[in-house]
Amino acid sequence: MAWFRRSQENIQTGGPKKDVPDGMWTKCGGCGEIIHRKQLEQNLFTCYKCNYHFRIGSKVYFEILLDKKTFKEMDKKIRSMDPLNFVDSKKYSQRLDEAVRKTGLMEAVRIGTGEINGLPVVVACMDFAFIGGSMGSVVGEKIARAIDAARLKKHPLIIVSSSGGARMMEGALSLMQLAKSSAKLAQLSDAGVPYISIMTDPTTGGVTASFAMLGDVHIAEPAALIGFAGPRVIKQTIGKDLPKGFQRAEFLLEKGFVDMVVHRKEMKETVSKILTLLQN
Amino acid sequence: MAKVMLDFEKPILELEQKIEEMRKYADNLDIADEIQTLEKKVDQLRQSVYTDLTRWQRVQLARHPDRPYTLDYIEMMIEDFVELHGDRGHSDDKAIVGGFGRLGKETVLIVGHQKGRDTKSNLYRNFGMPNPEGYRKALRMFHLAVKFNKPIITLLDTPGAYPGLEAEERGQAEAIARNLFEMSHLPVPIIVVIIGEGASGGALGIGVGDRILMFENSWYSVIAPESCSSILWRSWDYKEQAAEALKLTASDLVEQGIVDRIVPEPLGGAHRNAQEVANTLKEILLEELKALKKMKPGALVEKRIKKFADMGAWKE
Ligand SMILES: [Zn+2]
Repeated sequence: MAWFRRSQENIQTGGPKKDVPDGMWTKCGGCGEIIHRKQLEQNLFTCYKCNYHFRIGSKVYFEILLDKKTFKEMDKKIRSMDPLNFVDSKKYSQRLDEAVRKTGLMEAVRIGTGEINGLPVVVACMDFAFIGGSMGSVVGEKIARAIDAARLKKHPLIIVSSSGGARMMEGALSLMQLAKSSAKLAQLSDAGVPYISIMTDPTTGGVTASFAMLGDVHIAEPAALIGFAGPRVIKQTIGKDLPKGFQRAEFLLEKGFVDMVVHRKEMKETVSKILTLLQN
Repeated sequence: MAKVMLDFEKPILELEQKIEEMRKYADNLDIADEIQTLEKKVDQLRQSVYTDLTRWQRVQLARHPDRPYTLDYIEMMIEDFVELHGDRGHSDDKAIVGGFGRLGKETVLIVGHQKGRDTKSNLYRNFGMPNPEGYRKALRMFHLAVKFNKPIITLLDTPGAYPGLEAEERGQAEAIARNLFEMSHLPVPIIVVIIGEGASGGALGIGVGDRILMFENSWYSVIAPESCSSILWRSWDYKEQAAEALKLTASDLVEQGIVDRIVPEPLGGAHRNAQEVANTLKEILLEELKALKKMKPGALVEKRIKKFADMGAWKE
């Protein structure tokens, strides 16, 4: 397994390649408008016309949330061991290898410390580009370490989720990461440290059924898909088309499962305001 | 009596039926020797088939329609059972049952998924697939157990949390997440037993505890083999391979450091002798409870959180 031998330094980390369009011009997924990359960047990868939020990865999200040059990554070298030697049409070890090569990331989450308007925080951000942001042992362990860091430092925790759910290729071990992250959050909560969960498109399956839904405050990006079962499965179950807006951020706000839907451009100030209120 | 026959056990069940048939005439005919020979043969057949089951065959046994369910175990193990209903918010979910009762001399809270046995009861039980109110009903009972300082036993047996429209509206994900969060720090002993199907978050939603026991012919994983096949192989036909790949049996999970103890079943599965299995389970539960009760609540919770925190495989 060559990817084990490759050293960390040779890998371009954090470059979200798939989710953020590479070319100079990009078509908006919401309204079809052709947008220049510069303009997209200025708008934090949202459409100036229809507010469509492009999927972005951890690199951009850390830049959006944190004060310049304050992010310090933790535990970047943790990697999956392919504990089940899982093979479907492809070997899991090969899928991991390809994901690392394709995304320049080591796993589907990055964690670290930083500051928001001068306030020290612990942050974690998932990368959907890495095997659908799926949670296996490494994602679970890194989330657990971020929670531990927040608890020990008594610094607020912020987790930005985007995930298709638990990672099938690690079987029951992936499932146990739901319990693991939730148990760690119970400890954090008992210690009185605030935790803000930010849900971006899409946040589904095991991640929603664990840490994403356990924040003291839940913030969702506009129109983000958030749910337990995927829309396709639900449609199969009920044999009917799903109502418009079903499982979208605004729907969850209406049903009482998120506190607010916040535009990416307002995200940092919103988080900062909440944390300041809670900590003063 | 029409028996349910799984494909791989057909030769055994047919031979058993033949012997039963012959016994009816044994008084009039001199066939005792012949019966004995056949009994020996069926014994050998049972040994060879059941002691070396594939993972998919175990999944089939875990879903056997004659397999004992939660309420069967409660009836066989628990005295003075008082069933409680409802989540006090929305409704009473029939896919999760629970209440207080006595296990030996000990009052316990016992909560489990409940499947039905025929079409009617399956519709009533929603095939053992809880809605959010099922998890909230369980949580309400867990809090009662804490209030009255009683240990908790949960029995897991579900094909999954219900993936319906209303389930999403009422926060299926939140309900499961909340239970994982709360169960991890309830200050009373919790023993979790996977008695049949342990499908993903729907099973785990009542599955955080101090000791995790698993029946010999049950399965527990992040996804059912069929669904795994449909996603990763893009076809429903690879369920056997998916079951192998997922490593979802009791002995697999012991190896993965998730399950603490395997509950043995008679050859051919728990339904072959339900009372014997219930007796074994009761004995094991009493033994486990005795050990857990020696721990102080704080230490118990700390150890439980560490137990789950240690789960997973990674390197750095
Ligand atoms: Zn647009």
